[in-house]
Formats: sequence, C-alpha cells, structure tokens
Amino acid sequence: MLKLTDVHTYYGHFHALKGISLEVGDGEIVSLLGGNACGKSTTMKSILGMVKAKQGTIEYDGRQISGLPPSDVVRAGISPVLERRRLFPELTVEENLTMGAYLRSDKAAIKADAEKMAELFPIVAERRKQLAGSLSGGEQQMVAMARALMASPRLLIMDEPSMGLSPKYVETVFEVIQDVNAKEGVAMLLVEQNANMALSIAARGYVLQTGEIVLSGSADELLNNPQMQKAYLGVA
Amino acid sequence: MLEQLINGLTQGSVYALLALGFTIIFGTLRMVTFAHGEVFMGGAYVGLTLFTYLTPSLPLALLVAAVVTFIMGALIEIIAFRFLRNAPHFSSLLVTIGLSVILINLAQLIFGPETRSIPPALIEDLAFGEIQIFGFYVTYLQMAVLGVAIAMMVATYFFIEHTPIGLAIRATSQDHEAAYAMGVNVNRIFTLTFAVGSMMGGIAGVLIGLYYNVFYPTMGILLGIKAFSASVVGGLVSMPGAIIAGLTIGVIESFAVDFWNASYRHLVAFVFMIIILVIRPAGIMGKSGPMSGRGD
Repeated sequence: MLKLTDVHTYYGHFHALKGISLEVGDGEIVSLLGGNACGKSTTMKSILGMVKAKQGTIEYDGRQISGLPPSDVVRAGISPVLERRRLFPELTVEENLTMGAYLRSDKAAIKADAEKMAELFPIVAERRKQLAGSLSGGEQQMVAMARALMASPRLLIMDEPSMGLSPKYVETVFEVIQDVNAKEGVAMLLVEQNANMALSIAARGYVLQTGEIVLSGSADELLNNPQMQKAYLGVA
Repeated sequence: MLEQLINGLTQGSVYALLALGFTIIFGTLRMVTFAHGEVFMGGAYVGLTLFTYLTPSLPLALLVAAVVTFIMGALIEIIAFRFLRNAPHFSSLLVTIGLSVILINLAQLIFGPETRSIPPALIEDLAFGEIQIFGFYVTYLQMAVLGVAIAMMVATYFFIEHTPIGLAIRATSQDHEAAYAMGVNVNRIFTLTFAVGSMMGGIAGVLIGLYYNVFYPTMGILLGIKAFSASVVGGLVSMPGAIIAGLTIGVIESFAVDFWNASYRHLVAFVFMIIILVIRPAGIMGKSGPMSGRGD
C-alpha cells in the first residue's frame, strides 16, 4: 500500500535521509525504530509532504505521492499523528476532531465517525467540550489518534505515540493502536524509540540509524537479533 | 458628561475595530504589520472619492472600501509575508514599512498632498441631523459609526468562533504546522486572515474619514500606531482585549479633550497605555482569549 524507494531528504545541506526504502502492506502494523535524530520524523514528514524528498519515489496504492502537499496526501488516505501529539490546545476536544475531518465534506459520515470515536476513545466522549490543552499527556494521545482517524484514513502514521507518557499509559496506548488496527483495518506505520513495545504489536520493523536503514525483518527476527538486542532492546 | 462618553465610545469603537483587525492578523501570522494605518487611509480615501464624485451613500462607501481594502490586505500579505515566509521576521517588518511609505506616496500622487474634505453640503444630513435619546443628542453619523463598528466586531467574532473557516483560522493560529498536516492550506488562511483584518481597517477608515471629514495622505500613521498600541494593551492576541482597550482609549481621549485641551488627547492616550503596560506588561487580557496559545 505504501512503498518508499531510495528516498533522500535534505534540510539545507544536511543529508537527513540517505536512501530509505520501506513498505507497509494493507492493514499491516509496521514499526520504524531508532534513537534520537536518526531520521524517523523526517521519514514521516517526507511521506506526508511536509518536507520534500529530493530523490527517490514514494508510492501509495501504486500512485506516486512524493512532491504532493499534505492536503493531497491526507485526501489519498494517509493521516498523521504528530510527534508530541500537537493538538490545538485552545480548541475543544470536539473542535480538534472536526479539524481532523477538515478535508471531508460528507457531513453525515463525519458525524457518524465522531460518534464512533466517542466509542473507541471514551475520553473523547467525556471531555467533548473541554479545551484539549487541559488534558493529560495520555488523554491527549487518545484525542490525537481520534483526530487522525477522523480523516477516514487507510494508513495512520504515528510519530512516537509513547513519548512522554507514563509506562501504564504507554501500554494502554499500544492496546488501543492494536484495537483500532483490528477493528477498523487501518494500517499503521509506528515511528518509535520504544522498540520493545512497538515490536510487540508490529508484524515487521525497520531500524534507522543516521538516515539509513540498517536492519529490517519480522518483529520476531528483530526481537531475537543480537545486534538489535544490544543496541535497542536493553537485553544484556 | 454623558455626551462626552458617547463621543468617546464613538471614537473608541473605531480604535477597537482597527485594533481588532491588527489583533486578528498578529494572532494568526504572529507577525506585525506596519501598513495597517495606510490600509485605513486607503479606506478613508475610498469614502472621500465616492461621496464627492459619485453619491453620498454610506452603505455604498462601506461596501466598496471593504472590497478595496480586502484586496489591499491580500496583496500586502502575499508581498510582505508569503514571499518572505522563510526569511527572518525583520525582513517582513521592513517590507510592511516600505509598503506603508509607498501607499502614502501613492495617495499624494492620486489625491494630492493637501488636506481634503467632502463638500459639507453632501454630508450635512448625516453629520448634523440628530436625534434625542434619553434626553441627550446623538448625530446620525455618530450612531452610524458606533453601529457599524459594533456590527463589524460582532460579525468578526461570529466568523472566527462559529464558522468552519473561523475554526481553521483558530487552529492555524495555535499550531500552523499541525494545521498544515491536517490538510489546511495555511498560505490561503494567512492571506484570508490578513485580508479580513485589513478590511476592518478600511471600514474604520471610512467611518473616521466621514466623522471628522478630514483626509490627508499621512492620516493613517498616528492611527496605525494607536491601533497597534491598543492591540498590545489588549494583550496582542485577545479579541476582547483589543475591543476593551480601543473603547477605553477613545473614552479617555474624549474626557481629556473636555477637561483639558484637544491638543493633549494623544499625549493622554499614550500615557494611559504606557501606565497599563507598566502595570500589566502582557496587556489587559494577556494570557487568555480565543486566539491565544501556541502549539508548544
């Protein structure tokens, strides 16, 4: 469904992505792992069209999407959950969800989706009229996922959903991700530092290091890879 | 006493309208424009031209000035901000100062450097016709100024708070990158917001122009500074703050004229604003308000 081939992205002269190739299949959960500043967020921004890939191709459903602005990428069916959630803090939870459906005009379906979000994420129903900025980090993560799903995507790209959350909430968040994937059939590209957690729900994974993919394979392969265990999984 | 209050509120409602335009622009782009006063001047000259050469109709003057200054605002945003989106803030600031000088010069070329007025016969009815409310007299023009300014403020509030485009404007003002990721055409929102804010300045120009019936190319300079100041005093990103500050400054000026001398009105206004800012550096509504807050 999503296929990156040899993608290069620059920030000025800084070569942030040095030829990334990866794939996400229909309904699949794939994780993109790596430490700080290894190019995870840049990969996400390149897919979304928030930064332009200088070289290589990004295909979605066989269609070339590199070079398109975010509005066209979202319309095609890819929706982002940004790093640190990035809710609109002075908008209510409900208004944040409305913004998630910004490009849609099918009013009845939007309303039905909003109701579905209230079921999937109880916090959305409870805090409907509350300002998003007043919620806790974990609650905000739920609202951020609901907002992204309001675009009615077939692929959700999530940038560090576990960042800054308490261990207990991290587990909840990953359960919900799995749940949404199973119930809605939405494919997920999980950009994560928390490799253990991400691989526990993903089918496959890629490991990024200074802008290059250094390892890839099924979740089991990665979990049992000695190099991987040493560098990312904290196994002695 | 009560009449001074009415005079002050009339004047203040126009300050409020100007400050509100400024606040909407700053609140969304997080950028200051120094051409706001010249957009105001442009609106005033549209009023002068229509009244003098076409027909003395206030609604028509307001409508045409709204369209003209909306377009002016869109052009200023594109030239000074969109073209310089990734440049340092100072560059945009300088371009708006340059544009304001160009606009003043253009006005001198088109309308002449001298002070002009609408022939009194054409606005006699509006300016001197008055009605009695609760025992004191209010001119039709005062009512029109106050009425139009208030209607514009209410309409703006409704537009920002209760329409889908208003929601996109608020979202963009809080986190334009996140809005961009949701598919919002952020450039278009910036241009639209600037155009709407400018349109309010243009309408304020028509109102003040007719109210004093004095038109000159540099008439926007002091008012632009005053609107900027009122916006800062109001909290810079707060719509209610801008309105309260604008009205208060108008009333204070009006009483200063009454008790003291007309030539001290600006002095009193700015002393008041400095005092407020010393007491509350972030302005009256410093931290709250519908447009405030950023994503991070």
